[in-house]
Amino acid sequence: MNFIEWIKQPWPWYVAGPLIGLMVPVLLILGNRMFGVSASLRHICAACVPMNISFFKYDWKKEMWNLFFVGGILLGGLITLLFLQNPDPVVIDTKLSTELAGYGVTNTEGLVPKELFNWNNVLSLKGFVLMIVGGFFVGFGTRYAGGCTSGHAIMGLSNLQLPSLIATCCFMLGGFFCANILLPLILKLSF
Amino acid sequence: MESATNTFKTIDPNTDFEVRTMDEITVNTSKIDTPVWSNIKFMVAGILFGIILVKSEVISWFRIQEMFRLQSFHMYGVIGSAVVIGIISVFIIKKFKIKTIDGEPIQFDKKKFSKGQIYGGLLFGIGWAMTGACPGPLFALIGNGTTVIIVTLFSAIMGTWVYGFFRDKLPH
Repeated sequence: MNFIEWIKQPWPWYVAGPLIGLMVPVLLILGNRMFGVSASLRHICAACVPMNISFFKYDWKKEMWNLFFVGGILLGGLITLLFLQNPDPVVIDTKLSTELAGYGVTNTEGLVPKELFNWNNVLSLKGFVLMIVGGFFVGFGTRYAGGCTSGHAIMGLSNLQLPSLIATCCFMLGGFFCANILLPLILKLSF
Repeated sequence: MESATNTFKTIDPNTDFEVRTMDEITVNTSKIDTPVWSNIKFMVAGILFGIILVKSEVISWFRIQEMFRLQSFHMYGVIGSAVVIGIISVFIIKKFKIKTIDGEPIQFDKKKFSKGQIYGGLLFGIGWAMTGACPGPLFALIGNGTTVIIVTLFSAIMGTWVYGFFRDKLPH
């Protein structure tokens, strides 16, 4: 097996996790930047539609590095698509595939269920809730919490910050509640 | 000569520092005012991060569902080992007083508790389970060809804006 074939396989957690952890010292050493992603959404608001809201009136240009960083993440996704994409379907737990099949979700080719996340579905009620309401909660919730998985769960916990631990526990609680209680109701929607 | 002076021009430490830190963990704590092009290095870091996110499948909606149903160890392994490496790295940086490549001491800001971490955290958790993506993966998914996530990203930006609009009325 050559190197490219080898690297195209899904990476196990013990490879990916430590590499993600190394983003913390890399960004600090590159210039005192705290690892995090969700603030980029705030910088986009500050740059495009500040509308005299004090929360968006700050020197976003000083935080422009974060926009370069998320631009890089997007490019990284593209580079993977072009050169390193795993050609096989995502291997998922049989309990999950059985449950999803019950809602008519059987296509696991690709990283998201294509039957749910596609352009035709955006204005169906199910698609609207999953993609638009879900996205709104991500943007509203991360900013209200002051960080996301990278800013709180990884950067904050790396620096042993109690508020970040509280935030991380709440992310998980919200996720458990939604995945097990709300999501089955959403997936049952037939339109 | 002028650009060199500009690169190391120290800016007033009080310049909107409070605004930037009051609810941000993702901040530029550097006092050095760097030119725009120097941000390319952060783009390179972002590219590597993006590749890791896709290759480890943590941007997969399926992996997130498995995590919240306790059907797979994968996500716990990724986040857990990332935190362990992060803790060790921060410890080493503090212990040996490692400096940035510009020779600046590395600073860490303390995070203040606010009720937002509870309410916002719960809301974000719900959104995370719905979309199967936190903010980093939103960008990675779009680059990876799941273009419909542009809608989700736009909605997340709207969510951030609405939070900013109602910020003073929300419990913190």
